[in-house]
Amino acid sequence: MSMENHGHHDSHGSHEHHGHHDEHHHEESFVSKYIFSMDHKTISRQFLITAVIMATFAMIMSMLFRLQLAWPNEHFGFINWILGDKWGKDGILEPGMYMALVTIHGTVMVFMVLTGGLSGTFSNLLIPYQIGARDMASGFLNMLSYWFFFLSSAIMMASFFIETGPASGGWTVYPPLSALPQAMDGSKLGMTFWLLSMTAFIVSSLLGGLNYIITIINLRTKGMSMTRLPLTIWAFFVTAILGVLSFPVLLSAALLLIFDRSFGTSFYLSDIYIGGQALEQTGGSPILYQHLFWFLGHPEVYIIILPALGLTSEIISVNARKPIFGYRAMIGSIMAIGFLSFIVWGHHMFITGMNPFLGSVFVFTTLLIAIPSAVKAFNYITTLWKGNIRFTPGMLFAIGLVSTFISGGLTGIILADSALDIPIHDTYFVVAHFHIVMGVSAILGMLAGVYHWYPKMFLRHMNKKLGYVHFWLTFISAYGVFFPMHFLGLAGVPRRYYSNTAFPMFDNLVDINVLITCFAILGGLAQIIFLFNFFYSMFRGPKSVQNPWHSNTLEWTTPMANTHGNWPGALPVVHRWPYDYSKPGKDEDYVPQTVPLAEGEVDGGGHH
Amino acid sequence: MIKFLVYVAIILTVLAVGYLVRVFELASSLKGKRSEEITEKDNRLMGRIMLTFVVVFFLFVIWQLKNYGWRMLPEAASVHGKELDWLFNFNMGILWFVFVLTHILLFYFAYKYYGRKDNRATYFPHDNRLEMIWTVIPAIVLAVIVIYGIKTWNHITDVADPKSQVIELYAKQFDWTARYAGTDNTLGASNYKLITSTNDLGMDSTSSTGSDDIVVKNELHIVVNKEVEFKFRSRDVIHSAYFPHFRAQMNCVPGMTTMLHFTPTITTAEMRQKPEVIAQMAGINAVRKARGDKPEEFNYILLCNKICGNSHYNMQMTVIVETQAEYDKWLATKKPFFDKGGASAPSEKSAASDKGASETKDDMARDSIKLGNGGKEEMESRKNN
Repeated sequence: MSMENHGHHDSHGSHEHHGHHDEHHHEESFVSKYIFSMDHKTISRQFLITAVIMATFAMIMSMLFRLQLAWPNEHFGFINWILGDKWGKDGILEPGMYMALVTIHGTVMVFMVLTGGLSGTFSNLLIPYQIGARDMASGFLNMLSYWFFFLSSAIMMASFFIETGPASGGWTVYPPLSALPQAMDGSKLGMTFWLLSMTAFIVSSLLGGLNYIITIINLRTKGMSMTRLPLTIWAFFVTAILGVLSFPVLLSAALLLIFDRSFGTSFYLSDIYIGGQALEQTGGSPILYQHLFWFLGHPEVYIIILPALGLTSEIISVNARKPIFGYRAMIGSIMAIGFLSFIVWGHHMFITGMNPFLGSVFVFTTLLIAIPSAVKAFNYITTLWKGNIRFTPGMLFAIGLVSTFISGGLTGIILADSALDIPIHDTYFVVAHFHIVMGVSAILGMLAGVYHWYPKMFLRHMNKKLGYVHFWLTFISAYGVFFPMHFLGLAGVPRRYYSNTAFPMFDNLVDINVLITCFAILGGLAQIIFLFNFFYSMFRGPKSVQNPWHSNTLEWTTPMANTHGNWPGALPVVHRWPYDYSKPGKDEDYVPQTVPLAEGEVDGGGHH
Repeated sequence: MIKFLVYVAIILTVLAVGYLVRVFELASSLKGKRSEEITEKDNRLMGRIMLTFVVVFFLFVIWQLKNYGWRMLPEAASVHGKELDWLFNFNMGILWFVFVLTHILLFYFAYKYYGRKDNRATYFPHDNRLEMIWTVIPAIVLAVIVIYGIKTWNHITDVADPKSQVIELYAKQFDWTARYAGTDNTLGASNYKLITSTNDLGMDSTSSTGSDDIVVKNELHIVVNKEVEFKFRSRDVIHSAYFPHFRAQMNCVPGMTTMLHFTPTITTAEMRQKPEVIAQMAGINAVRKARGDKPEEFNYILLCNKICGNSHYNMQMTVIVETQAEYDKWLATKKPFFDKGGASAPSEKSAASDKGASETKDDMARDSIKLGNGGKEEMESRKNN
């Protein structure tokens, strides 16, 4: 709540500062410390743990439908055990439930895990820490942001416990399918739950996003100019702006859908005959929904991937012991990607019958994104060149991200080409593409962040060897799952099919689906190693020293304790950019941002 | 009981791993090491695995190309489809090159520069020349991709030849119906309020252009080397008409008519003789035999490719490409929907097709249906399209 501006004039000593924080000095109750906390570090941990739990649910859902896809009509006790007799009779997944699982898996991964979980965890943890602030601009809004996120997650999962099951029209919930309860069971109460959950989510996202933006603009410590910000903060900053500009549009789309569903309006409905009767609604357009949805939906994928790229930039630089190559180009790329993400949404709609000229425009803008993305990829590779790479588990995940970001990004060039999109639109080629480029990449980035900042969050280390095993199993199975899917797409297999057995032409692809499912199970089992390591290390992991990775950024200048206000004394003063690793003429291979420039030393990787 | 044992096994496994980790940590602290510290040995090992990974990854990719490549869609059976396939291969050529190059660099660097104790990284914060190179070269390559792509796109989405044959494809949960425009090559008016159990498409019996329209369910006949223009309508939710073999697709959106045109170039009979198709069908029938299903012949297919409900996975229509003579012969057996006299031929099955939202899983085997007497009772509620 307090909007103290310690930002630029707090270097006079600790006594003055303590005055601001009197209210925090009393012993806090359990509730205010761990539940309704306003401390950015606690909120960050709350986001992370919620996201880990939601990711586990989403992963179990994917296991269920992968079993169905590989072995349709086989009886699995596992399916019956989880879904019961209603949706998993005799261990066979019911078609409506298959759709619901696909839908909720997508929604949970995209929104709860990779938007709320990723941004919520790391923006909250790192923004105050890395810019040298005592907390977020508004701790109260920050707390609300988490609790709306929690509410949203809870409503989404609760929809599994209603009679007609959860929403099942795909994560994009296109009307009229999602608007008409007659169309499928998932469009009944489950869809209402979905809309309520998303509304809470959007509130959470806006409260969080506004807070991140204001904090970054106002609460940077003395000397922390925008061009001295770590790339993580740049990524979170642009991400928050994207969220604030695009999520309200999703809310409007959801609101109109609620009206169509419940109050007989016809924003999205026109000339429909269903359930034996002609509906009165006329004059609406289902395509309007798609425009509104993708106006959020496309920035959304960058809301997912930019924070992961930001984390990766930092982790690769720290562990290669080299400055990130092309710092300013990296900032430029983040901003270019952010800007372009608003004018490409139509590439999701090439075959809706849109004006072909409009299609051409979206081809052009979409392919433009490949340029800043290519710059980023080459800059990562060059950062590794002549480095002295320390392979922490975090570093492995970061390198994995670079690989998947490239291989998934390349297939995006095919899909962005409207002509080539025609025969592969909505096939498994698309599923392969977006899972690799944003699903896997963002998850790898998030895991990289978890391993790297775990000592900061929980003051202990995760086990290194389990981390290694976790990475290699995850990385190998990610490619094992998603690379073969390109071939399914090129064979013409549509996504969201409960089973391919109705089409003889897909019969000789059965073994591909079996291979994919085997890798999926392997990847799923690998996450048990992570879950164990994550929770075990919280209590039993080896205690960390203050700056375990020899990093330059400010979060490692705070003591290893979760103190309110982050720095016990005065706020640190920043004298240099964050990437002075292995700088010639220095004894150590790192120079923290708080170290003043030497006589004649040039800052920011500037020209010598 | 088994479930209980599984629980117990899982819990015991977790505990065992926990104790192993603990033992490992205690052992390394006895040796005076911090177990979380990354040693040069770790770096070397991970560097080597990185290099091994990229080799194995490439082998895996090659294995897939060899094993899966021949099972992809056969040669495009339409004029624009051949152009698209060329464009796809052209783009893929560029992408494979970038993919291989970047992955070699990424994983080779990771291996070559693994951390050594007495080594120090090179301070190399930026280089304008290098950055210019990898901004400009991708930009040029993308310009080429954009130009070729948009050229092909414009070509495909251009206005249809006025002489092309007009066919309406009508989508509903969960089947397809074709309406042939008849001798005047113009579809009659229709309105969703005219839909009855006998008038599935809501056709307007007073429309002068509609009297010769022929309605056929679940089977689509088109003529080889003759452009066909499809007009798509949907009754209930969004469907997508996907013709994989013709490299064509268009959404069917309730409340509007979407369009698509292409020229098929290979008849079904010719396609069945292509060596790659014969090889694929042999593979398919081997799988079917092992599963106890009857063997199948190659067929072009139209499938729904936009999630549309529980039976989305089984919404299909067989497409038959034939010569003009074969087509004329087939069409002669069909009568216009609003045939004089109003009643269906007695030999023909009159199926009530209005099943509303209920799921019908065996929709596929339905024959062509022609229904008469449509729309008369709806006269007063008729509106113009």
